[in-house]
Amino acid sequence: MATSDVATAGAGAAWCDRCGEPAGVGEHVACRAARELEPPRYCAHCRRRMKVQVLPVGWSAVCVAHGEIRG
Amino acid sequence: MPEILDQARSQVLENGVGLDEAGVLAVLNLPDEHLPAALQLAHDVRMRWCGPEVEVEGIVSLKTGGCPEDCHFCSQSGLFTSPVRSVWLDIPSLVEAAKQTAKTGATEFCIVAAVRGPDARLMKQMREGVAAIKAEVDIQVAASLGMLTQEQVDELVDMGVHRYNHNLETCKSYFPNVVTTHSWEERWETLRMVRESGMEVCCGGILGLGETVEQRAEFAAQLAELDPHEVPLNFLNPRPGTPLGDRPVVEGKDALRAIAAFRLAMPRTILRYAGGREITLGDLGTRDGLLGGINAVIVGNYLTTLGRPATDDLKLLDDLKMPVKALSATL
Repeated sequence: MATSDVATAGAGAAWCDRCGEPAGVGEHVACRAARELEPPRYCAHCRRRMKVQVLPVGWSAVCVAHGEIRG
Repeated sequence: MPEILDQARSQVLENGVGLDEAGVLAVLNLPDEHLPAALQLAHDVRMRWCGPEVEVEGIVSLKTGGCPEDCHFCSQSGLFTSPVRSVWLDIPSLVEAAKQTAKTGATEFCIVAAVRGPDARLMKQMREGVAAIKAEVDIQVAASLGMLTQEQVDELVDMGVHRYNHNLETCKSYFPNVVTTHSWEERWETLRMVRESGMEVCCGGILGLGETVEQRAEFAAQLAELDPHEVPLNFLNPRPGTPLGDRPVVEGKDALRAIAAFRLAMPRTILRYAGGREITLGDLGTRDGLLGGINAVIVGNYLTTLGRPATDDLKLLDDLKMPVKALSATL
């Protein structure tokens, strides 16, 4: 388990965790802005869609291959 | 002072009789220079007929995504290419969410499921979840599970669910542009059964779906006719992959005009800030709305998106000298 940063800007992120497109292609400015008020939807490592549970305080997102992150 | 505000002052503020559709439309069409006066009047109406207390609520998604309906604003429909995947919340996590909500001082905890209507599995989950919450947490439990049968209404009453949310979403004339898999009338029928059961009716909608100003007024009038205990007011937060994903957000001033107009249509209802206020109004607009007719908030996160921290909203209420409604006042 790890605390998530905005993976679109995070070092080593292969995929944008909001739009699921390659993190290195384009600036993903809108994605970063949107992520202030959204949990991630795509695994930044493998682009799989994650199972995301939003709670009143915080959220969790599970990638079947890379495990759970929380925020 | 525009004539409509003079009329509202005597009709709504002094006599508690809400504006009709034409009156609401006149407020929605007020020029910007009269917006502060409209908000002040709506605030006076709220203080006169509801009081200074603010009802605080938290919400949680018990069953996320995979919905068979096609509500065009919703990222949880299984019919769109939304990135939201289906997931169920387990009972211990549900109880923990209720505890987190109660810690904020909230008196309401609404359990929501993305479904057309509940099936046996969901009703079982509700039965167990509501019982577990009531055993451990001092908070009122509300539910939002889509369209109900009479048997399901009765079962929710037996569980101790005190309020049921079922939004009409938009006015009757625009509804077919937003949802095609069920009708406005079907939603109304669920609301009728809920009202007759004795549960409190919570019914609102979303502004910014593409409706005209006239249809916004129509919606306020139809809600006033329903006379719900609570009206949650959402502003469209366009979701990727949905048919409304590219729509613009509502202009802040239009959102504030709508808040004032809905308050003037329904002087006694609980008018709640729900989703989308962060992107539509921001911090300053949120404050303006609380001083313009709003008397309830959802704190913390929403169902699939995040809200601002509950502590920020609670600090704002404290700054505005608006006390959080106590649990004892809701029982």
